[in-house]
Amino acid sequence: MSALERFAAEVGAEGPVTVVGGRTQWDVGGAVDPAAREVRAPSGVVEFEPAEMTVRCGAGTRVKELDAALGEHGQCVALPAWEGASVGGVLAVGRSGLRRLRLGPVRDALLEARYVSADGRLIKAGGPTVKNVSGFDLCRLLVGSLGTLGFLAEVVLRCRPLPAVSRWFAGEAEPFDLVHRLHQPSSILWDGTTTWVLLEGHPADVEDQARLAGLPEADGPPDLPAGGRVSMRPSSLRSLTGRRATFVAEIGVGVVHTAEPASPVAAAPEVAVLNRRVKQSFDPTGRLNPGRAA
Amino acid sequence: MNEKEPLPLVADLQRALAPDRVRVSPLELELYARDASIIAGRAEVVCFPLTTAEVQAAVRVCRKHGRPFVPRGSGTGLAGGATPIGDPVVIVTTKMTRILEVDADERVAWVEPGVLNLDLSRAVAHLGLHYAPDPSSQQSCSIGGNVATNSGGPHCLLYGVTSAHVLAIEVVLPDGSVAMLGGLDPEPAGYDLRGAFVGSEGTMGIATRIAVRLTPLPPAVRTLLLDFTSVDDAAATVSGIIAAGLVPAALEMMDAEITRAVEAFVHAGFPEDAAAVLLVEVDGLAAGVDAAASVVAEVGRAHGARTVRVAADEAERALLWKGRKSAFGAIARIAPNYYLHDAVVPRTRLVEVMRAVYDIARRHDLVMMNVFHAGDGNLHPLIVFDRRADGVLERVMAAGEEIIQACVAAGGVLSGEHGIGLEKRDYMPLIFSADDLDAQARLREAFDPDGVANPEKVLPAGSRCGDLQKIPEGAWI
Repeated sequence: MSALERFAAEVGAEGPVTVVGGRTQWDVGGAVDPAAREVRAPSGVVEFEPAEMTVRCGAGTRVKELDAALGEHGQCVALPAWEGASVGGVLAVGRSGLRRLRLGPVRDALLEARYVSADGRLIKAGGPTVKNVSGFDLCRLLVGSLGTLGFLAEVVLRCRPLPAVSRWFAGEAEPFDLVHRLHQPSSILWDGTTTWVLLEGHPADVEDQARLAGLPEADGPPDLPAGGRVSMRPSSLRSLTGRRATFVAEIGVGVVHTAEPASPVAAAPEVAVLNRRVKQSFDPTGRLNPGRAA
Repeated sequence: MNEKEPLPLVADLQRALAPDRVRVSPLELELYARDASIIAGRAEVVCFPLTTAEVQAAVRVCRKHGRPFVPRGSGTGLAGGATPIGDPVVIVTTKMTRILEVDADERVAWVEPGVLNLDLSRAVAHLGLHYAPDPSSQQSCSIGGNVATNSGGPHCLLYGVTSAHVLAIEVVLPDGSVAMLGGLDPEPAGYDLRGAFVGSEGTMGIATRIAVRLTPLPPAVRTLLLDFTSVDDAAATVSGIIAAGLVPAALEMMDAEITRAVEAFVHAGFPEDAAAVLLVEVDGLAAGVDAAASVVAEVGRAHGARTVRVAADEAERALLWKGRKSAFGAIARIAPNYYLHDAVVPRTRLVEVMRAVYDIARRHDLVMMNVFHAGDGNLHPLIVFDRRADGVLERVMAAGEEIIQACVAAGGVLSGEHGIGLEKRDYMPLIFSADDLDAQARLREAFDPDGVANPEKVLPAGSRCGDLQKIPEGAWI
């Protein structure tokens, strides 16, 4: 029996069950019914061909460990490498890291998923190549679904080249102007006073862009307030100007990290109907991560 | 015939839209009986809504009369995704052509589905922006069609395919209701239904308004043309470039036959004695572009490139791209028909798969050309033929099936950018198990429980339950 088959058998077809990754974002989507059995996805790199720029790994693999293995070949994955976070966990939650401005959303990183369905079957979604439109895009549906449609067991991810240099800059600057003045900055953060910029790429280009930004070098990004996370249209971030509460906004992206908890956002009624139908179709008995909702 | 009382279905559609935007003449039905594939079906009636409300009204009329509907854009698809099956109403979105809003600050445009791909890029060029997915048919394909098929294009190697550029979609669902999927904020609540809808080939509803991401034009661009005396060397160069940790903006290959055809057509100075040429583009900031261009040239020379030509200016760059993008026009001069395949293989397997593909054509005594997105392993073997010749169609189809099998055997997938439609529907079991297909059918069912939106497409019959049938009734090849 392979590790995947063992995982599928463990998930089984009956009774409430929950999949545990690194528990770094455990509270997202609400508490899981305490009666749910805990299962863990297989971990470890299964296949990495540097010339393919894709990697196959168990969903339980820690992102940091995966990045370390890829880093030896000058590559990484476009997933947030939070301490202890697992690949399956960050995909299931779907929240991006600070480099989203350049790397794009988490949902674009997943090429193929093998997951365990509510009836305990191993299902393949997507395919291993960097380009693929064979059938419906279940991979994107799974990203951000908080394990309520299926439990990720093994995934194929697109790899990205590691930038030659990666430097943070910070100071007082108008962030909404910078996002247009710079070409593909990796991150622009703003707390209402200070602006942080991450520039990556060829050393000479980073030097040029830094001159354009006119900001001194910094040690790194600020500590992010961990109370809440708000999703706003990038253009509406301007409305935060003058706000007294503590926040760090991702300029050009629209994610705002706040000190106070964020109030939950409900989907529009007609979308909520579709969400319910999707859940009903994939998990008719509601046994996967009961209590949690995407 | 014109005197005849119109069918109640037609009369209702005429009332819902306008009499002149509901067509039933044999000539027009014939026009909409197929897309750019070689599979034909039959439309009962064709209609052209102008607004979301009209699309909604058309779908409701279909439901009232128990008719399926087939959404259709410009009809440039090659997989039969827009081929009407089951006497449906064809709902064409090509008259919904307004660019509704361009927000240069947020780099987002709201467009109607009939806006042509290249028209959008042209409309925002003065803002230093463009719409990155660039199918070769970009002068004639619509953004609604791009959304339906999750289209690609040469520059999707770096920038990603359509799904990476669509933020929100207003959709008329198969029950006639309207929903906004996705959003302009980065993390909309709920499941990524936007992502599920893109590439669903009209089986989950009709997109009526689309918010797309606009991408800044790169400050520096370098376009290189490398030529080789063997296809193997060109293919190995492709793998070598990726292995060097480089993701060019585009990395295209043309073989000897297509290069000659293109050169005769556009006179761009493509070497007519080359066995294969690579068109490589790198973009970004100046120093990075210089470094990347050097790596491309170096890897090419190490693999036996005879010459490395660098486009000196924008005019030369445009000419080289014109050659690449008019490849299919050039083919029309060689034979009246062509059958274009679309499959993806791991890019480290390009050399062996290319050999296998040429071998298949030889065995079936067919003329094959290859012009494709080599950088992401997206092959487009193209068989040119004259369908009037005896038995040629059978050989073309047999070769096609073998090509797909060779790609799948090498770890590839059925389609990179044209979709499954009807053409590849029955090949789906080559890469998906019954359980995998059942999962996809569940998604479709959540959007379209009655199966009225573009029936018989993408999933083989019986994916969820019931019997398997091969080519659906009413279709002929």
